[in-house]
Amino acid sequence: MKIKSNIATSENGFIFNPATGDSFSGNAIAATLLLAMKSGKTEQEIKQDILDRYDVKADQLNRDWEDWMLQLKEANLLEIDA
Amino acid sequence: MEKLPYEKPYIKKLHAGVMNKFGTRSGVQPVKSIDGVLVKTLIENYGSPVFVLSEKQIRKNYRSAYRAFSTRYPKVQFAWSYKTNYLNAVCQVFHQEGSWAEVVSGFEYEKAVGNGVPGNKIIFNGPGKSNDELKTAIKNDSLIHIDHFEELNQLLILSQELTGKPRVAIRVNMDTGVYPLWDRFGFNYENGEAWTALSKVIDSGKLHLAGLHCHIGTYMLTTDAYGIAANKLCDLAMNCQTQLNHKIEYIDMGGGFPSTNTLKGAYLPGQDTVPSVDDFAEVITSTLLNFGFANEDLPMLILESGRVLIDDAGYLLGTIIANKRLSTGKRALIVDFGVNVLFTSFWYDHQVSPAQDFMPHNENMVIYGPLCMNIDVIREGINLPLLNPGDQVVVHKVGAYNMTQWMQFITLRPAVVLIDEQQRPHLIRSNETLGYIEEPEFIPIHLKANK
Repeated sequence: MKIKSNIATSENGFIFNPATGDSFSGNAIAATLLLAMKSGKTEQEIKQDILDRYDVKADQLNRDWEDWMLQLKEANLLEIDA
Repeated sequence: MEKLPYEKPYIKKLHAGVMNKFGTRSGVQPVKSIDGVLVKTLIENYGSPVFVLSEKQIRKNYRSAYRAFSTRYPKVQFAWSYKTNYLNAVCQVFHQEGSWAEVVSGFEYEKAVGNGVPGNKIIFNGPGKSNDELKTAIKNDSLIHIDHFEELNQLLILSQELTGKPRVAIRVNMDTGVYPLWDRFGFNYENGEAWTALSKVIDSGKLHLAGLHCHIGTYMLTTDAYGIAANKLCDLAMNCQTQLNHKIEYIDMGGGFPSTNTLKGAYLPGQDTVPSVDDFAEVITSTLLNFGFANEDLPMLILESGRVLIDDAGYLLGTIIANKRLSTGKRALIVDFGVNVLFTSFWYDHQVSPAQDFMPHNENMVIYGPLCMNIDVIREGINLPLLNPGDQVVVHKVGAYNMTQWMQFITLRPAVVLIDEQQRPHLIRSNETLGYIEEPEFIPIHLKANK
């Protein structure tokens, strides 16, 4: 679970992959998650941070995390594990 | 510190290209209440899913449609199409407004009688009427619309022993320029069958030919077809008067006017494409008025509209069960109402609105019902904001046909609530129970469970 290092993200949710030319827009939570993932935080740290700041229960966040990973994979933004 | 509102994380690929000529989606609002009653409260009190009908909207639709015809033509009568929605409370709203009843089976006939409709204000249509049903209709002086020669002979036999004459009409089918032709009901105009049938009725001396009836199709998108149909019925009526010396008292143009729902596969939304009731009224009444009847001989105009009078007065409220992502990456939403309850999702792309505030991001998704059946698809593709399990949605324009064609299949049918003009909700059909479904069942002794 690591974002590719060359991916550019902005604070307001714009994502650019210079290798493919693809660009994406994300919602506020997506932008927060991407920035946190790029900063090198662990999954647990990121989730705890979201739980502290946002009105969401842990089980909902865990379910959404799975979906989030699928989206990133689908968008070809994740580093592929060797 | 108050926490920030949460929504699912979501990214969308951006595509460079020509702008959509319709611009971006805007102005979508959550639908939190219906006629002043909160969606949340309705679901709390009556369960989810639940059908909700607006009495105010039904009456508004009726009055505006009646006005469209009555301001153009001197003698107009509406007859409520029972099969569109025969919940008794709904029928009573239409009867209070002045509608007769239009029924197509013995079951519906009994419902109309039970609703207090006088026999002579019940129109009995349909291709399948039993001897007993016809006898009842004759006894009550109802208007029997004859569908085929077998029925005509059946009536002639039944009328042998009568002193009075049963009042009948001939259902006529015809080419109105809309294909495929609806030629399975009634007698054909072009090949002379209709003329033969009406001559036979008049010559018999046993039946009173009161009217001529047609119903040229359903969800008709062209007004011209009604002009052609009215013209052909007027032609039959005029020939009846001049050649057989018999005056036709009424012309029944049936129904078939579309609601503003969007048909599946349509490019533009229904509300931008369907003609209004005024458009239909203009074509039909001007044909009748200009045909050449003397003023005192103008036949009464009967209309049997259903869908257009109630579709937009009905809502289905439901709850999100789950989100899913399909193998293609497309999002799927599972809701707690299926095609067994929302039958019209086979015909229409129903508008679905969230019932609570939402974030501005939309995603294209498919909406599935809760049935373990591949056909259970409510919308194949709809742009909706991200919704969470437990969130509520409102499906629009579901008042016609759903509360009659719904099936008890896999799940039980939900409650129906009518909100009156004073914004008070009334339960008009309770949700089904296992006991209700099993009540007519019997188990042979050797199959009873050992307890």
